[in-house]
Amino acid sequence: MNLFRLFSKPQSAPAARERLQVLLAHERAGTAGADLVSKLRDEILKVISRHMQIDQDKVNVKMERGEKMSTLAVDVELPFDAAKAAIAKKKAA
Amino acid sequence: MGKVIVVTSGKGGVGKTTSTAALGAALAQNGDKVVVVDFDVGLRNLDLVMGAERRVVYDLVNVIQGEAKLPQALIRDKRVETLYLLPASQTRDKDNLTPEGVEKVVAALKKAFDWVICDSPAGIERGATLAMRHADVAIVVTNPEVSSVRDSDRIIGLLDSKTLKAENGERMEKHLLLTRYDPTRAERGDMLKVDDVLEILSIPLLGIIPESMDVLKASNLGSPVTLADDSSAPARAYFDAVRRLKGEAVPVTVPGEKRGFFGKFFGRKAA
Repeated sequence: MNLFRLFSKPQSAPAARERLQVLLAHERAGTAGADLVSKLRDEILKVISRHMQIDQDKVNVKMERGEKMSTLAVDVELPFDAAKAAIAKKKAA
Repeated sequence: MGKVIVVTSGKGGVGKTTSTAALGAALAQNGDKVVVVDFDVGLRNLDLVMGAERRVVYDLVNVIQGEAKLPQALIRDKRVETLYLLPASQTRDKDNLTPEGVEKVVAALKKAFDWVICDSPAGIERGATLAMRHADVAIVVTNPEVSSVRDSDRIIGLLDSKTLKAENGERMEKHLLLTRYDPTRAERGDMLKVDDVLEILSIPLLGIIPESMDVLKASNLGSPVTLADDSSAPARAYFDAVRRLKGEAVPVTVPGEKRGFFGKFFGRKAA
């Protein structure tokens, strides 16, 4: 154990180890691919488009893979008039 | 219209991905809009070196196959806001990389960015030739070592024959980036010297990147070396290389070792 190390900058190898472990765990589990995310995206969009018209190109999917959990963020741009149109349609019905 | 750069070498492990990340980040740190594109389908690593591996959703192949739009596949860097990454696919076969698809993607990126930097896979196969195909400028990454220099020579031949520019009878702009240069060993005569490599390959020198622990540390942390420690020797060498790439006349300095007290007196000949 080098005493000087205690006072020097934090080491980078532990960070490398942790990053690799998380990455490889996801890659081995097969959750890293775009296939699952695409499926989720399509189904989420289907539900939304049941209630309002959305532009498929104005949809952004973000994923952050973590050690204990991952987050999936689906950004959908909702045009104001489309929402209004949906309400008007419901009222008319 | 942006400039398309290919970072290539023929040989693996010489520092293409590290250099792509460092040069891309350095350009973006100066305010330019930059995208780095990983062409190594099946063995991607640029995402890891850039520290974006946890955020990859879509990749180059998804865009080419029409499964995702280009803006959806671009990953914005968290540290430099004008820096973007287009990852390669990890699971797909590299045959999914079609010439037409690559052409479309590169054309679209050229419109949106100042610099499109293509990280070529090793070898001289499809991935490597597609990465260089649309380039305006080539950066040949070479180690001062016999097999690397030989492979670089081979790649220079391909750059002069297999690229769009070459096929149109235009001259392909090529630059040499000498990486992992160890001045002590070169001085000792155990490593090819800068002039040796330049004489053999006879393309202009873009920069000399010294062999350094800072490069390994940066990749451990998932950060381009120019971002991890912008005052380190390799970072400064990459910043200088970027200035030369933009046409500035910056004299090339052969990296010298920082010597300790004893080294100053005994360093040179003692070894």
